Amino acid sequence: MEHITFLVAVVIITALAFDFTNGFHDTANAMATSIATGALKPKVAVAIAAVLNFAGAFLSVKVATTISGGIVNEKAGLQPSIIFAALVGAILWNLLTWLKGLPSSSSHALYGGLIGATVVGAGINGVNFATVLSKIVIPAVASPIVAGLAAWGATKLAYLLTRGTDEKTSDKGFRKGQMFSASLISLAHGTNDAQKTMGIITLTLVSAGALHKGATPPVWVIAGAGAAIALGTYMGGWRIIRSMGSGLADIRPPQGLSSESAAATVILTSSAMGYGLSTTQVCSGGIMGAGLGGRNPRLNWAMARRMVYTWGLTLPAAAVVSGLAAVVVDQGTWGIVLIGAALVLGSGSMYLISRRQPVHAGNVNDVTPVTATETVEVTPAGPVTTPTAASTTVAA
Amino acid sequence: MSVSIKWAALAQTAGVSFAVTIAVVAVFSVGVLALCRREAALETAGTGGATAGKGSLALASVCFTACAGAVLYGLSLIAG
Repeated sequence: MEHITFLVAVVIITALAFDFTNGFHDTANAMATSIATGALKPKVAVAIAAVLNFAGAFLSVKVATTISGGIVNEKAGLQPSIIFAALVGAILWNLLTWLKGLPSSSSHALYGGLIGATVVGAGINGVNFATVLSKIVIPAVASPIVAGLAAWGATKLAYLLTRGTDEKTSDKGFRKGQMFSASLISLAHGTNDAQKTMGIITLTLVSAGALHKGATPPVWVIAGAGAAIALGTYMGGWRIIRSMGSGLADIRPPQGLSSESAAATVILTSSAMGYGLSTTQVCSGGIMGAGLGGRNPRLNWAMARRMVYTWGLTLPAAAVVSGLAAVVVDQGTWGIVLIGAALVLGSGSMYLISRRQPVHAGNVNDVTPVTATETVEVTPAGPVTTPTAASTTVAA
Repeated sequence: MSVSIKWAALAQTAGVSFAVTIAVVAVFSVGVLALCRREAALETAGTGGATAGKGSLALASVCFTACAGAVLYGLSLIAG
């Protein structure tokens, strides 16, 4: 292990930290509507999601041999400094959007970070913009729309088919179904996103000569990536869960099942077809469609607009931050230390700001735009369990 | 350098996603409907109620088995 230099160690730690933010940022994707409809109690939901994310990490290492899927030129080997700068931009953007309660794509943040850092480190030719367009931009625009349409149609159909039945009984059935659809999304998320971290660590180890070229991730890398994403998931990005579960629309069990089924289907179909898309955007699109397909179609358009703006901003914003970080990191060891300190400081201050208005398992369902009569379920608050996400990131 | 965008593949992905979602949710909803019918039938008891209950239960089982199949297929895609 004498190959592991200071920078490589820093990259591995930062990659695990990114994986952690990825986990708590994306808990909402699978679990927001399940929590909102009362299909699962908040604490139970995040525990299930965490276990499935961890299990998902072990299911496949197929895409762990590439970081970017061809977006940046990896042939020459990505410099650890570029990867470090990319991770810094992705983590900071993830934390900022979490603070604002906005679901944004962790994958896009990572891709944006890689693009920004590569442009600075290797020049504009290091980025395959055609691949960016065909593999990221177009699927990013299309997938939430498809998920939204499918969820809208499915919601309409679910209400039509179960009309005239006792709502209590049918809701019970739809809630049960949600457990399966939500679990499927969690598992797919663990498989997809944990592999990105595995890929980053593995390729960094390869570039440092600690692993031979083309090596599959060692078990400790798989377990580490799985554990980081699971821990993050368990912390629960409650702010985002609140936005997605109750902030966009008043989601009832048939709508929850429809949106989750649409999201799971779009994610699985697309990855089978080779499109890497954003779980976050697909799930949000599904929730919007289901909200509009409900009995009294209502959608918080202001919130929807903010989400869409954030999606558009994610890639360029992460790219700019990472590009700046790459400039500093290039200056040598003091640059790495400076950027590392900036990351810790930035994460810490965002965590402190979040403490002013903590959102946790006890109050996650409290704010609903539409007066909900029966579906709001508030668990006993217990000791305040604020997600200590950012602080742990710093420590990680 | 230029990558042509495969619109057909994109449209196919979208179409399949849409159709599968609608189908799965429809089948699941029929299952829920059957369960509701069964519950209603059991509540009103009577001789006819029991038979109607059995038929509904069978329908519900078929529907939920089909949905379970879809979930299992999804699992195989994840692990694939």
